[in-house]
Amino acid sequence: MNFDRITEKLSILADAAKYDVSCASSGSKRNNKDKGLGNATGMGICHSYTEDGRCVSLLKILLTNVCIFDCAYCVTRKSNDVKRAAFTVQEVVDLTINFYRRNYIEGLFLSSGIFKNADTTMERLVQVAKKLRLEENFNGYIHLKSIPGASDELMREAGLYADRLSVNLELPTEEGLKLLAPDKNRQDMIDPMNFVKNEILVYKDEKKRFKKTPKFAPGGQSTQMIIGATPETDLQIIHTANHFYKNFNLKRVYYSGYVPVTNDSRLPSLQSQVPMLRENRLYQADWLMRFYGFKADEILDPKQPFLELDVDPKLGWALRNLQFFPVNIQNADIEMILRIPGVGLKSAWKIIGGRKFSKLNAEHLKKMGVALNRAKHFIVFGNSLQNIQTLHHQYLKEIILKTVNSKYEKHYQPQLALF
Amino acid sequence: MYLLTYDHSVEGFFSAVFEAYERKLTNVMIRKEGLPLGLFSEGLRRVSTNPRKAERVYVKLKALMGELGIQKIIYSLLTEEEYCERYIFDVIKYAIKHPKINVMQDMSHPSVLQLAKYTKSVHREKHRMEAFVRFKLTCDNIFFAEIEPDFNVLPIIAKHFKSRYQDQKWLIFDQTRSYGIFYDLYKLEIIQMKFNRQSNRDEGLEMLKKDEPLYQSLWRTYYSQTNIRSRKNTRLHLLHVPKRYWKYLTEKIPEY
Repeated sequence: MNFDRITEKLSILADAAKYDVSCASSGSKRNNKDKGLGNATGMGICHSYTEDGRCVSLLKILLTNVCIFDCAYCVTRKSNDVKRAAFTVQEVVDLTINFYRRNYIEGLFLSSGIFKNADTTMERLVQVAKKLRLEENFNGYIHLKSIPGASDELMREAGLYADRLSVNLELPTEEGLKLLAPDKNRQDMIDPMNFVKNEILVYKDEKKRFKKTPKFAPGGQSTQMIIGATPETDLQIIHTANHFYKNFNLKRVYYSGYVPVTNDSRLPSLQSQVPMLRENRLYQADWLMRFYGFKADEILDPKQPFLELDVDPKLGWALRNLQFFPVNIQNADIEMILRIPGVGLKSAWKIIGGRKFSKLNAEHLKKMGVALNRAKHFIVFGNSLQNIQTLHHQYLKEIILKTVNSKYEKHYQPQLALF
Repeated sequence: MYLLTYDHSVEGFFSAVFEAYERKLTNVMIRKEGLPLGLFSEGLRRVSTNPRKAERVYVKLKALMGELGIQKIIYSLLTEEEYCERYIFDVIKYAIKHPKINVMQDMSHPSVLQLAKYTKSVHREKHRMEAFVRFKLTCDNIFFAEIEPDFNVLPIIAKHFKSRYQDQKWLIFDQTRSYGIFYDLYKLEIIQMKFNRQSNRDEGLEMLKKDEPLYQSLWRTYYSQTNIRSRKNTRLHLLHVPKRYWKYLTEKIPEY
């Protein structure tokens, strides 16, 4: 290996790949077989964290940053004057194996600029995965990007070697896409997603009948949307996410706050801040939908299409729906316990377990990890009487905010001024 | 107060539990050997580890609190905390007294909660080590890593590495506790030895395979290039990778 040349390529192609958010290495079920290398079972592992606090789990690179498209938000766009590079298939295989053996990574996340056309690009990505699986007996995690417009046959092959496949929707709405990525169209993204969704169902069904059925994308599919490059509301974003969770069985939707990379009149200026707080609120809303039993239209409605920045969406919902509170810790259903601000998934189940043994009090909840500064306004213990209805909504919010030191406080102002 | 001491091993602790019941000691405390002795008026006894007795306690507890319950007890012992046995023994007494209920679910019981906390800490450290181990390839083709975990997690991470790295020899060495686990392509072996960390970097380099520093350098390149500077968040970074772990993290060690 020519290390100087590889270092240069790695430098360019890791830099170009880093705006893809997903680094998940969980949810697959691939065991080590025949005394080979690696496994990808169950829990993901973050082997390191970048200085911006993001997880480093996979070797996340582009095969090449040569691209025939000209999407305004993308550093790799055709019209951008950047250094171009391309890995060979063997180079990616060697890097993956050598990093994996040293326990640097859980596996590979391979994406690419679109060179020539969709199928040529997809075919090359599949070659890397195939080589890793068949020649190196590599059983670690592989995430391949589905190239919009790739043929069904290539997508089928990709699913046989990869743990996860993903197509980026890029922007939350079709209008946004037309504005910033005129070369792309939504249908080209949806088609491979739909194909993979159906294949996963087919293989799962066959697995029930034939034990030898090979795995097909056992880690499922995900997608990502750029937030803040186009003027969509949070309501639109949440509904788009909800649509894809429901209709395409996605494992995850990622929200990527737009990082200004270019001067373009269609985009926020280079000086604008990355909307990190908004991104965080969207993830919280996403969690409410996936784990806490909230419906998309409970989180936001047309009258209030943006998530509040000063309170998290669960607290926001509680403040708008005081009629459901206070919740009695001792006998309320899990569904309602989960809706108490300051109670997480784990503490909710600890409450359910613990209350069988004794009458819970504030001290118990505190030890179970409940954020009492928020929760205490929304709960009652056993048969004690307390009525929060007398507290005025705005007043209650202020009381709670006084007890919270948000690490994001400094973000409130510039964020609100963005549009 | 009657005091029973044991040899720091899990089997030793279970042997002590056995004796506490065998001798029908009501006011008893179990502690690790070699620690300063507190006040004890009724007696002191050094328990010798007995695999047969330990096994009986193990089987009994497993029947009472299941695999997960036993795991909590073992994880709590791995904290090596001076008084962890007090809470563990308390929970064992609670479980034996109430054989019909799974006491591990009673989060309103202070000792049960304490065990849950210990388990959480040890589990986090286990997960961290599975993430932060950094192997270096030596000239005798062994992937070698050093660690200094907060708790004694080496016994519980070995399985993870064994199922993952089956076609390479590896050795993970706990510098704090001076022992390591070696996989020779067939089985795991505990290795006790004293060796000083290479004080001189060049000396360490001689032990490494020729390509090793180059791969380390590629990894550092990757690590720095995958960072997004405009999203810098040092607080979050340090929360995930506390400084005490940097010593052995290739990406945090400056270039040769």
